[in-house]
Parts: sequence; structure tokens; C-alpha cells
Amino acid sequence: MAFRVPRIAPSEITPAEVYFNRRSFLTRALAAGVGASIGAAHAAVLSGKAGAPLTFAPNPRESVDALVHASGQDETPNTWEEVTNYNNYYEFGTDKGDPAANAHHLHTSRWNVAVEGEAEVTGNFHLEDFLKPYALEERIYRFRCVEAWSMVIPWVGIPLASMLQRFKPTSRAKYVAFETIYSPSQMPGQSAWPPVLPWPYREGLRIDEAMNPLTLMVVGLFGRELPNQDGAPLRLIVPWKYGFKGIKSIVKIRFTESQPPNTWNQATPNEYGFYANVNPNVPHPRWSQATERRIGAPLFHQRQPTLMFNGYADEVADMYRGMDLRRYY
Amino acid sequence: MTDPAGPISHASGLPARPAPLRPFLRLDVERRYRLIYKPAVFVASLVPFAWLACSLFGLLGFSAGVDPVKFLELECGQTALNFIFITLMVTPVRRLAGLPHLLRLRRMLGLFAFFYVALHFTIYVVLDLEFDWHTVGADIAKRPYITVGFTAFLMLIPLAVTSTNRMMRRLGRHWTKLHRLVYVVAAFGVWHYYWQEKKDVREPIIYAAVLALLLGYRVVRAWRQKRRADQTAGGFSRAKPSWIRYGE
Repeated sequence: MAFRVPRIAPSEITPAEVYFNRRSFLTRALAAGVGASIGAAHAAVLSGKAGAPLTFAPNPRESVDALVHASGQDETPNTWEEVTNYNNYYEFGTDKGDPAANAHHLHTSRWNVAVEGEAEVTGNFHLEDFLKPYALEERIYRFRCVEAWSMVIPWVGIPLASMLQRFKPTSRAKYVAFETIYSPSQMPGQSAWPPVLPWPYREGLRIDEAMNPLTLMVVGLFGRELPNQDGAPLRLIVPWKYGFKGIKSIVKIRFTESQPPNTWNQATPNEYGFYANVNPNVPHPRWSQATERRIGAPLFHQRQPTLMFNGYADEVADMYRGMDLRRYY
Repeated sequence: MTDPAGPISHASGLPARPAPLRPFLRLDVERRYRLIYKPAVFVASLVPFAWLACSLFGLLGFSAGVDPVKFLELECGQTALNFIFITLMVTPVRRLAGLPHLLRLRRMLGLFAFFYVALHFTIYVVLDLEFDWHTVGADIAKRPYITVGFTAFLMLIPLAVTSTNRMMRRLGRHWTKLHRLVYVVAAFGVWHYYWQEKKDVREPIIYAAVLALLLGYRVVRAWRQKRRADQTAGGFSRAKPSWIRYGE
């Protein structure tokens, strides 16, 4: 049994408008005790820094169980502490703790997202307007970093497919490109010299990858607003790809006809490709990808085999049929 | 011609030795090192170990963070490299600062370098790869940065084994030759550090620059000694080859 895309009854879905009324919603949410899910269960022990709670459709229990069955491993979600204190976000520094230490410099209110390129509807949108039409869903996904560590994370977001369809991409839209905010005054890593990466950070997906039901545009974590260090206010999650594909703090979405550049590929083309599908059989030139270390698992029980497409082969393998995955790494 | 304030020995043209300092606690150099300096350096060298242990077990307010395995592995590796560098600093510092007796601390510092390298390797095998010997073997054979690091570890073993007085006597001048391996170990250590870094190589490059200074000092000194020896011998060097001395 494999992970299934959650099927959610319309009645379960609360509109995303609550997201824009975050402060006033807080009290009601606490009173009503909404969002009874694994993520929300963790929310009870969150630190004071956690954002306001969101309303969302919980990840159905059966697909959470399926996550475990696919790997035969313990797939207990990681803690808030782990997810928000250990990650890569080079705009805030290259150490795993740097994002948590420096991300408070970023102001995420009054956020704009530009939609450009091969689509009928384009323009500059306030984040509130950008997100308004959608209902939020919880998705508990494995997260596999290209550095061979992994977590299980309860995200809250919107399937990218439903988001993109609204802009009516034309037949020439073969790819979708994303761009992170460029603001050295708010992001110390962007002003470091020599530059660690070519800024701003860019990522891209093939249109069929972007439209896959697993691909998620994330606004929350553990049933709460996304903290800055994890890519607030808007980030991408593509669970069958290495973590660096999940571009953070997105300000631009562009439909393109040709394959867009992606930052890690530009920086080190022989080590990081465009596809970056999790693949235990294709090693990084300097280290193996056959196994991974699950952060937070007990010592001596952290190392576990990496699954093809991070355990989501049933949902995504068809898209790469006939492709040489060694060449298109 | 000479400055009366700075006594110059006219025979050699070199500054005269400063007057010997008053004996510290009335101890001679030998006892000072044995009773005070060596124990102090020994305890100080264990501080990183105590810090790693406290971090792992969450003692005294220290924490190894969300990923204790990586934390211990990386911090221990960096400590090992630091000790290799401190060991390599003994010779230049004792010459430049005029503290010849510092040599008495070098063996202990070198053995601590070996201790932290061995601990780093142990953490990698035990905590990171969890005794998966198949992967350990594959990593060493196929992952160049691990091959380089492991080779440095192997090269340190004969140096640690031959660090006793008895071995020094037995090996004689070969001891100096053998222990020049530490220059290769240091270079491999920096290389290993540089190669494992995903992208941000600023720190490894600083280490490489310091290593270039430490090794450059020795090269320049050896070259000067050779030249001086050639001059005094009128082209026919009767002095000991410089390599015998500069590894001391």
C-alpha cells in the first residue's frame, strides 16, 4: 500500500479566508479546538514563537498510515523544535541553525507574488488575494535532503495544480519557474562575500510535475502559519524530490516554454541537476544517496534505506518513464 | 654604531639572549613543565572532549541540537584539525618567540590530535553509519573526501605508535623523517574538510591559508639553512643536510 493523495470531502474543508483573519481567528480556534490532526496535536507543545493557527482539512488518517506501510519504517512526524531549528536556507546563513537565528529579519506582511509568462492571467497579487480562493489542506510528507538526512513534516498548503490552473497557462507553458525574494538587507546570507550561491534563489518544475497532485504550495506547518525560517509566507514542497527543489519565500511564478535555470544546478552543475528526484541508485558525486539519517530518531536507529522517489513512486514514476535517471539527475 | 639600549653581540650580530627569568615558584624548567605546564595543557586539551560529552548528554546547559550525530561528528573533526594545527605551530612559535622548551609539549599535543581524529572516525562509524561496515568500506573506497580523511587517519597511526622515547631512540634520524608525514596528514585533513563542504568553503580556505603559512615557514627556513651551509662550506656542504634539522 502506498501513500495516497488525500481525498477530502468538501464538508471537511474550511475556506482559506480564515488565514487572513489570523489574529481574530486565534481565540476562536483555541475555543473550538479545530484541526484535530497529528500536526495540531504537536501544536499543543509548540514554543511561544509559533505563528497563529490555521484552519485546514487534516491529512486523513489512512494516508498517514499508508506513509508508514510504504517504508515499513517509523514515520512519526518530527517535532516543531526539529523542523524549525534544523534546515537549510542559505539566504540566512549556511549552518543548519542559521535560519532559525536570522529569519526574524524578514518581513512577510504586505507580500506580493508576481505571476508572469505563458498564461492568460498574469499580474502582481497581494498574497491575501493570491491565496483567497483556496482551501488549505494538511499533508504529512517525508522530506529528504540531498545531504542524506530526512524528516517527516506535517505541512499545510494548497495543491499547486489548483493554484496554477487559475492563471490559465497556455499550451506553450511547458515549465513553471519560481523565484525567492532578493533582499540583502533582510537576508544576511545574500550579502555574504564571496556569494555562496547566485542570488536570487531560483527553482523550476516541468508543468506535469507542477500539476501532480502531490505538489504543494505551503503556507503552514503543524497547523500554524509557516515560520520565517521554513520559508514564510509561501514555499514549495515537492515530496519526491530533494529538499532544495522546495523553494522558499516565493515572490515570482513564471510559466515558460523552455527549462528554467535552478540555482543549485547553476552553482554546481555536475552535482545538482534540474530534476533532483530522490533516487537511492544515483549517488551524489561525493556521497551516497542509498541511505538517509532520520533526524530525531533514537541514536543507533537513525540510518534507514532511502526509497525510490522518496516512497512516492506509485504517484510519480509514470512521469519519468523511459527517462535515463542517471543522466537527468 | 650600536644602540646602547639594545645589547648586540658583536661576534654574531644577533641579539643577545635575554637574561633568564626568575624561576617560577623556584622551579627549574624541567619541573615547571612536568608539574605545571604539562598537566595544564593536558586538562585544557580535554576541554573539547568534555564539551562534546556534555553536549551529547545535555549536561551543564550544553546541547548538541536537533541533530546530535552531525554535531558531534563535525565538531570533533574540526577539533582534530585544530590540534594538528596547534602541533604544527609549536616549532615556529618556539623559534619566533624564543621559547625553546615548548618542544616538551609537542608530543602531548600530537597525541591529542590523534585522539580526536580517532574519535571523529569512531563517531562516523558508530553514530553516523551505525556499524554498517559495508557502507563504511564503500565510503572509504568510493567517496574521495572520505578516502582522503581515512588516509590521514591511517598515516597518524605510525606517528602515534612511534611517539615514545624508546621508539625515538630506536629510530634515530629516521624518526624525524617519518614524522614529517604530519605535513601530509595536515594537508589531507584540510582537503577532507574542503571536499565534504557542500558549497560554503570559506572556513576550509582559511585553514588552507594557515597551513600554507605553517609549511611555508619550514620551507623558507630549510632553504635559508641550506644556503648558509653552502656558503660556509665554500660550495662544498659539510653541514648536515637541512632536512635532518628542520623536522625537529
